[in-house]
Amino acid sequence: MSIHEEDVLGKAYDARLMRRLITYLRPYKPEVVLATAAIIGHSALELAPPFLVKLVIDRYIPARDAGGLSLIAVVYLAVLLGSFALDYVQTWLLQLTGQRIMFDMRMQIYEHLQRLDLKFYDRNPVGRLMTRVTTDVDVLNDLFTSGVVSVFGDVFTLVGIMVMMIWIDWRLAIVAFSVLPLIWLVTQWFRRNVRESYRTVRIWIARINAYLQERITGMATVQLFRREARDFAEFDRIDRTYRDANVQSIFYYAVFYPAIELISAIAAALIIWFGGGWVMMGALTLGSLVASLQYSSRFFRPISDMSEKFNVLQGAMASSERIFQLLDTEVEIVSGSGMRDAGSERHGSRIPDPRSRLGRIAFENVTFAYVPGEPVLRNVSFTVDPGQRVALVGATGSGKTTIVSLLLRFYDVQQGRITIGGVDVRDMDVHERRSMFGLVLQDVHLFSGTIGGNVRLGNESIDEAAVRRAVDAVHAGPFIDRLPQGLDTPVAERGATLSVGQKQLLSFARALAFDPPVLVLDEATSSVDTETELLIRDALKVVMRGRTTIAIAHRLSTIQDMDRILVLHKGELREAGTHQELLAQRGIYHRLYQLQFKDRELVNSR
Amino acid sequence: MWRYRSAFLAGFLCIVATTALTLAGPWVLKYAIDDLTRGVTAAKLRFYAGAILGLTAVGGIFRFLQRRIMIGASRDIEFDLRNDFFARLQLFEPAYFHRNRTGDLMSRATNDLNAVRMMIGPAVMYLSNTVLTFIAVIVLMLSLNVRLTLLSLIPLPILSVAVYFFGAAIHRRFDKIQEQLSTISAVTQEALAGVRVVRAYRQERFETGRFREANTEYVRRNRTLIRVQGAFFPIMGLLMGIGALLVLWLGAQDVINGRMTVGELVAFNSYLMMLAWPMIAFGWVTNLLQRGAASWKRMLEVLAAEPAITDAGANTDVTSRDQIRGDVEFRELTFSYGGTVVLRNISAKLPAGTTTAIVGATGSGKSTLLNLLPRLNDPPPGTVFVDGIDVRDLPLAAVRGAIGFVPQEPFLFSATIADNIAFGVADGAREDIERAAHIARLDKDLSDFPKGYDTVVGERGITLSGGQKQRTAIARAVMTDPKILVLDDALSAVDTYTEEEILSRLSGVMRSRTTIIVSHRISTVRTADQILVLDDGAIVERGTHDELVARHGLYAELYRKQLLEEELAAS
Repeated sequence: MSIHEEDVLGKAYDARLMRRLITYLRPYKPEVVLATAAIIGHSALELAPPFLVKLVIDRYIPARDAGGLSLIAVVYLAVLLGSFALDYVQTWLLQLTGQRIMFDMRMQIYEHLQRLDLKFYDRNPVGRLMTRVTTDVDVLNDLFTSGVVSVFGDVFTLVGIMVMMIWIDWRLAIVAFSVLPLIWLVTQWFRRNVRESYRTVRIWIARINAYLQERITGMATVQLFRREARDFAEFDRIDRTYRDANVQSIFYYAVFYPAIELISAIAAALIIWFGGGWVMMGALTLGSLVASLQYSSRFFRPISDMSEKFNVLQGAMASSERIFQLLDTEVEIVSGSGMRDAGSERHGSRIPDPRSRLGRIAFENVTFAYVPGEPVLRNVSFTVDPGQRVALVGATGSGKTTIVSLLLRFYDVQQGRITIGGVDVRDMDVHERRSMFGLVLQDVHLFSGTIGGNVRLGNESIDEAAVRRAVDAVHAGPFIDRLPQGLDTPVAERGATLSVGQKQLLSFARALAFDPPVLVLDEATSSVDTETELLIRDALKVVMRGRTTIAIAHRLSTIQDMDRILVLHKGELREAGTHQELLAQRGIYHRLYQLQFKDRELVNSR
Repeated sequence: MWRYRSAFLAGFLCIVATTALTLAGPWVLKYAIDDLTRGVTAAKLRFYAGAILGLTAVGGIFRFLQRRIMIGASRDIEFDLRNDFFARLQLFEPAYFHRNRTGDLMSRATNDLNAVRMMIGPAVMYLSNTVLTFIAVIVLMLSLNVRLTLLSLIPLPILSVAVYFFGAAIHRRFDKIQEQLSTISAVTQEALAGVRVVRAYRQERFETGRFREANTEYVRRNRTLIRVQGAFFPIMGLLMGIGALLVLWLGAQDVINGRMTVGELVAFNSYLMMLAWPMIAFGWVTNLLQRGAASWKRMLEVLAAEPAITDAGANTDVTSRDQIRGDVEFRELTFSYGGTVVLRNISAKLPAGTTTAIVGATGSGKSTLLNLLPRLNDPPPGTVFVDGIDVRDLPLAAVRGAIGFVPQEPFLFSATIADNIAFGVADGAREDIERAAHIARLDKDLSDFPKGYDTVVGERGITLSGGQKQRTAIARAVMTDPKILVLDDALSAVDTYTEEEILSRLSGVMRSRTTIIVSHRISTVRTADQILVLDDGAIVERGTHDELVARHGLYAELYRKQLLEEELAAS
């Protein structure tokens, strides 16, 4: 469970986070300034009506002045229209800017995710990263549209009301404001508690989502093992805890709003009591009393609003902290300083002919561990000359896959170094170097789109004909032609409708289409039937010509074409040489070979 | 939802009380001000002040209860709905999950569910509040001044038209935004799950481009919403303001003409202000209701979808897996998938206690055949039998319970290895887990892990190698003590030496059970009691290894090729 736990984060207000959030406003300065002006203007106009009421009651009613009343009505109408215009401008601008900023932010997160190391992905489940890109950003959007800037408007309204009340009658204002300490106490109590319960709620919703995500993906397994009832019980437990956390937070809201209202009533009662007395003594006009009552009732709405926004603010702080944490995760695997410019600008199709740069690949005393203290490679050294074909052989877990991952620099070595053409890979451009390799993984990952699109991926330089050639070369042509739309047949999510063998063929075609100088096969041939495998080997012979090949396979027969065989055992390179040399050594390779060959001898002996 | 009716009733009563008490406030104010204009005693003033306080205090209690009860109920309903949603998902066949992307289902379970909750909780609460307040306020206003009430309500019809227009427009746009959010999720999910491929093929820019496209479209759709929604509240404010303006203007004239007291005017004004909030809330509530309705529709698509594979046909005495012996038979089975015939006229008997191997090229239908046995896909009636009973007539729990299934690409869960092995049993004893791991030859790997069986497997078992995943899946199947063990190319990432060991250990366990093995390695299948050779969905050969080799057919050809490979390798 711990792997899915969201870290408990989140202060209510964090100046550091806020400053950083505000930097996102920078490109939209004109919009923000305009919106702010509109908010201030709107708040100011909102102050007018109670004052107009006062004028009516104190001046025009006693004077029976109908003309004056009409004048007030006209002013009132002007105020309303102005207020309407400003309100619309403000809402529209803020929401629009919010959307643009969310766009920028989503792009920034996504681009950063595209750069982050594989190590990061090992630690963070996809579901959690998805939350960053979607939910967390949307929470921030609330901050921009209904939160921060309107809090600013609220503050302005509050100050404006205070000024108006003091101006109308400062004694009455003091009477009304005497309840402010109460407000402060209630708000403090509310904030403290809501913060806590909000955190709990976030943790549990994250767990729900992680659990749901995983169970949806693995539903077939759940059903095969009839885990439904127990999974449901577990889900019910998480869901229940989440609900209880929510119910707890309802309590605080349920107390808070009536409390604010009560305080507001206290203020009104005080105004009537004191103000009423003063009116009778002639020390206060009736209109001033009414206007003060109206202002004070308007005073408390922004305060309960602000607390509502406090919730938004808190959510936004928690979300932004998580987002910034992600954005601040350093990319360790970056292009070396020796190269022209670093990574991200040169992806995809613009490959500066990598073949010219390809030299001898060398592992020099490489030691590597995914988890510190548990090395999966120990002091491994070997070289691969351009055009050479090398097989990595060894039992499961011997470290073959890790060698491939290091070669592509998904991870950086902890000791020793890997060089290509004498240059440390850490000093090379990440993309340029990866463009040297064509990778076929044992778990084939297909993207939504068409079959053809999965061969060429985003590489526009691979045209329809090239896709066709690649597909035919790996003998995937026949099965693709049997599909309703051939190469244009859509692929279901993760290629669910294709067999493993078919997916494997497609990933071969993909590697071929990219025409890399180095071909890397990770246990790729192991899931294909003999028939297909022979076809692929056939194709590979063509592809391997003039190409360096590094292949991982358990079946010795598939490495017969290799120039050299490296035998790995428990993370160490134990034997290296040609097939014949290794057999002569009578070591690990010989034993693997004997096992593989036992069948034939048994058959022959019958 | 019906079982929450008492909660909603109680909540509604609280709302009635709250509304009544709130509305009494301005009435007190009216008397206070009228008395002020006529002169009043301090005691009376104190009484008015006290009345306002008392009314608010009692109202506050009801307000507290109202929120507690109604929002609480909405959380309860949300809880039930989420559980129902999950329970429903558990019923769906794999094909359903092929049709519906994970990201999309997730979005329904999160965003849509939240919108639905907002609809039944806050929206219902505010709506009741709004409607009650509205009616009561208008009645009170009418009692104060009929003419003024009618005049000040002139903007009302315009308001309802506006609400309707905006509501519909917002609703349409919101739908499209939700759709696009699903697309964003799906695009992200895919790129993140396939991060290795993206990196190796340097598709970062391309994937970013795809994301940018989805993101841009999302913003565009949001902008169309903003344009409409942004006008909503300002228009509400304007129309309400005009009402207030009319009250002040005409009301003041009435006061001048003696048709109304100042206190009445103030109270009237207060009531009108009380209407402003319901009117604005009404727009907001409409919004919530419409979002909720749209989301509810999307949730219903899942909740009301009928699982294709159910126990509906179960009509035998067999109710538990323990009653199953393990005889398997395919009878003239022809099966199509997505319009293509995948299996043709397959007939075979796999008696309990025997091992059957299935051999065939990629795409020849091996996996499809195996998937029909535990009904991951439903076979046509009368084609697949277990113990002589059509699998469609057997309860799913019984037939699946009797089968230990190891798929080509095993899915492991984010839990410890021990938990993954014991996945299919209620409480797996440690020694049983260790025995299963031993059979699957996982024990040695585990002894290398510092935390051993308690090692947590990352999302989708990413920290394990392919072979380790497959062996964990084998241990998981063995753990359930299956009557029928199905290995669907389940050793492809395991080296031959380990494979041999696993198979010999398995044969000890499976002595009296049925074993079905799909493999590409002749070495794996040659000891089987019968071998079925599939080609393009049909069984083209069957027999023992020796028989098939002697027949010089497809199998012999495959065998010859594998021998050839090995001989080539030996040269």
